[in-house]
Amino acid sequence: MNEAAVSLGSDAAKLIEKAKKQRRTKNLIKGLLFLLPSLVFFSIFLFYPMIRTVYLSFFLTNASGAPTVFVGLDNFAQIFSSPLFLKSLKTTFLFVLYTVPGTIVISLFLAVIANEKLRGIGMFRTIFSSTMGISVAAASVFWMFLFHPTMGWLNQFLSIFGVEAIGWLTDPKWALLSVSISTIWMNIGFTFLILLGGLQSIDSYLYESADIDGAGYFYKLRRITIPMLSPTLFFVVTVTLINAFQTFGQVDMLTRGGPQNETSVIVYSIYRDAFVNYQYGTASAQAVILFVIILGLTLLQFKLGERKVHYQ
Amino acid sequence: MTMPFYKKVVLYLLLSVSAFFIFAPAIMALLMSFMPGEQILTGTIIPKSFTLEHYRQAFERFPLLSYLTNSLLVSLLIMAGQLLLSSLAAYAFVFLEFKGRDALFFLFIATMMIPFEASIIPNFQTIRDLNFLNTYTGLSLPFFAMAFGTFLLRQNFKQIPKELKEASEIAGMGDLKFYLTVVLPVAKTSLVTLGVYGFLSAWNMYLWPLLATTDDSVRTVQIGLKQLQSQEQLNEWGVIMAGGIIVVLPTLILLFLGQKKLQKGLTEGALK
Amino acid sequence: MSYIELSNVSKSYDKQRSVLNGIDVSIEKGEFFVLVGPSGSGKSTLLRLIAGLEEITGGELHMNGKVINHLPPKDRHLSMVFQNYALYPHLTVEQNILFGLNAKKVDKKEQKQRLHKTAEMMGLTELLKRKPRQLSGGQRQRVALARSVVSEAPLCLMDEPLSNLDAKLRAHMRMEIRQLQKKLGLTMVYVTHDQVEAMTMGDRIMVLNDGKVQQVGKPIELYNKPANLFVASFIGSPKMNMGRAVIKGQQLVIEESLFIPVKAADVIDIPKNKRLIAGIRAEHLFKGTSEEKTHVLDVINVEQLGNETMVTFEVGGEFWTAKWLGQQIVHTGDRVPVQLSVEHMSFFDADTGKLIKAASSLKQKEGVAI
Repeated sequence: MNEAAVSLGSDAAKLIEKAKKQRRTKNLIKGLLFLLPSLVFFSIFLFYPMIRTVYLSFFLTNASGAPTVFVGLDNFAQIFSSPLFLKSLKTTFLFVLYTVPGTIVISLFLAVIANEKLRGIGMFRTIFSSTMGISVAAASVFWMFLFHPTMGWLNQFLSIFGVEAIGWLTDPKWALLSVSISTIWMNIGFTFLILLGGLQSIDSYLYESADIDGAGYFYKLRRITIPMLSPTLFFVVTVTLINAFQTFGQVDMLTRGGPQNETSVIVYSIYRDAFVNYQYGTASAQAVILFVIILGLTLLQFKLGERKVHYQ
Repeated sequence: MTMPFYKKVVLYLLLSVSAFFIFAPAIMALLMSFMPGEQILTGTIIPKSFTLEHYRQAFERFPLLSYLTNSLLVSLLIMAGQLLLSSLAAYAFVFLEFKGRDALFFLFIATMMIPFEASIIPNFQTIRDLNFLNTYTGLSLPFFAMAFGTFLLRQNFKQIPKELKEASEIAGMGDLKFYLTVVLPVAKTSLVTLGVYGFLSAWNMYLWPLLATTDDSVRTVQIGLKQLQSQEQLNEWGVIMAGGIIVVLPTLILLFLGQKKLQKGLTEGALK
Repeated sequence: MSYIELSNVSKSYDKQRSVLNGIDVSIEKGEFFVLVGPSGSGKSTLLRLIAGLEEITGGELHMNGKVINHLPPKDRHLSMVFQNYALYPHLTVEQNILFGLNAKKVDKKEQKQRLHKTAEMMGLTELLKRKPRQLSGGQRQRVALARSVVSEAPLCLMDEPLSNLDAKLRAHMRMEIRQLQKKLGLTMVYVTHDQVEAMTMGDRIMVLNDGKVQQVGKPIELYNKPANLFVASFIGSPKMNMGRAVIKGQQLVIEESLFIPVKAADVIDIPKNKRLIAGIRAEHLFKGTSEEKTHVLDVINVEQLGNETMVTFEVGGEFWTAKWLGQQIVHTGDRVPVQLSVEHMSFFDADTGKLIKAASSLKQKEGVAI
């Protein structure tokens, strides 16, 4: 009887094993089917282009962008010896330096004052988040007039105090700063919205218990709000940083990279090389540099973030 | 707890001044779009009289209406594609268990590190070689797959009790049917959030439509605005501003309607 | 042949963390079978293995004599009620109840018939058009039950279905589920962490701890003859009083502070001079009088419940609780006379925790009751 049980057992075991395997295969196929559309589109429009960009960066190309002559690292050597590209790198970093802290500080300030429970606060929140709904093109048009040398509100305002008119977009000293100011304004809406969401998700008990302990406004801000907000801040900094490196629209509309290439950020430089000068090889080399910068920054952020960010 | 009076005053003061600065450019554009040309040229701030002339001219001299339709169609197409692809992928990550799922999820995270701008040259060539330049397809196809949307929906799907899936398994319901009849209706709110976000981003896109359109038939309203700005004479600021207002009106309305949901949804998607 | 049989069933995750080990049990048709144990004991996992929601790592699961390890849940002819009820929030009560029938493509006419019969039975007829969020906890629970009933599956699995209800409703639903099961002739496998629920509802109970079966039996068996220390302390409220004990000559010594004289005949099957654990139920720690007493103990706590009084004593390093009928006038700090006898005591091996001898008085009592 024992033997019979064993043999029955092994038959059943085989059946079970087979069924298990079948189910696993079925699950795998099912999972892949659900992911297939995304994977296909990622492959065509993200992974392939990335690889292709790296590939193109080793070639000279014809006017339609097909690779013709393999030149190895020549494209990279060329861009790094080109003052134009080096300038655009410097410009990009300066631009990031101007816009990221500016955006975060202003948005955080707005989020903190808009997080109070006051009558009519909803209206203020709507206004603060409104720039998210304003496209780069429209925002550029608005700011173009604000920056207008004679009619623009900024210079009109300055003239009240007898300050001489500034060539916001035409003076090489001011142009990058002007583009940065308009960019900060464009960024505020989204950043504000996310930070406000972060603030609202902080447990109100924390504040109540601090109130009982008699903590002051700024003490609470420093000891509760900022630490509890750190994951949100971390996210917002990452997004703003990456966006800053990818800036294109406002430069194209406001200054076209000028004056004297003062505002030619890296994406604009890529655009000009590829689609105006048809230098796809060097443009691709620049794109690779952009990719490396962003990859490096993201990884760095993750590494730093892991240590410093206070997750609940 | 009531706030001390002085604190209220200070807060309202800060809020009002900030609101003025944030809103000033948009208000300025709105005022200018209704302001007769001569007043703009003399640097008037508060208009002395109103006119619809600029709007009439904007529509007359530019195919604004067709630009608007193009933008609407492209944005809706992108939105629909993103919703479909993101929700399918998020479903797989939350409700299906299979080998390699975590590796694939990591792959999705990795896509966030590839900036679209850095891969724009081959993308342009792909769309060109497929003869998709100057088509709605070419304008929208590259944006269908979306890691952020997948994360946002995944976050939301995870809040659906696992027991719902198990109950449906016991009842003998397949995955596709469960996805369609349970997950999508239950996660309606987050789908709306993602839809609004996708629509906003698509409507406001600049670089890609600039590259992928060369004629008016499919040109989006953002590129139309660029044209308007670069072709107009300096004294036509009123027309440009009227164009700007027309461009931002749909998105601003959408934003005002969906602000609360958007804020909640985006915060959830952003943080694990 | 039993309806459901588990032989040597085990479950582990990632081939490492073992959750269930060597589970052998048979469940008969029409039986109300309760799986009880503390959280993390593996009881819910076992239920999910039976349901087919998780894969069995080792061993076999039989239903009607056939191996069903490999069958997906839908082919196992069962229904399940979840702790959180698993109601679809976007569907009405009616749609929720019919969810499974729809998935199985049952004929519309029959759906309607079954729906009305079930709704009437469960008292849900008025609520059919509502959404789950418009229902109270008890009503949701009823919808979940209705969904199970309407499926007409012969086997019903329940995973802590009452733990989200308040105490009063819970007591009522216990009775209702029990009646429903008998009326429909369902075979029920019911998971709970609450031993009262297990005792009051189950035809038979399986006690699980740490992924292993501790004991399977009728409620009274578990109470009277706990197979080991775990079952002894898990089943029954208040829990069984226990103390380290040893038999030295003619004396039973508990916690080195209670000395009870024993006759050789009473402790014939208990090894002498061996480390034991002695246990006694609260209701067997009788009240004594100044004339009739075996010991005097220090009271450290008194709980007046109205119809009975719980008195806690200190015995060596242990706290022992006595349950006395009526309202007793006892105060903390009093020294109170009690009656203790060996025949009410169960003895366990201190090293293995296994039962050596159950309280012998109970058999006589049972006899009297019959």
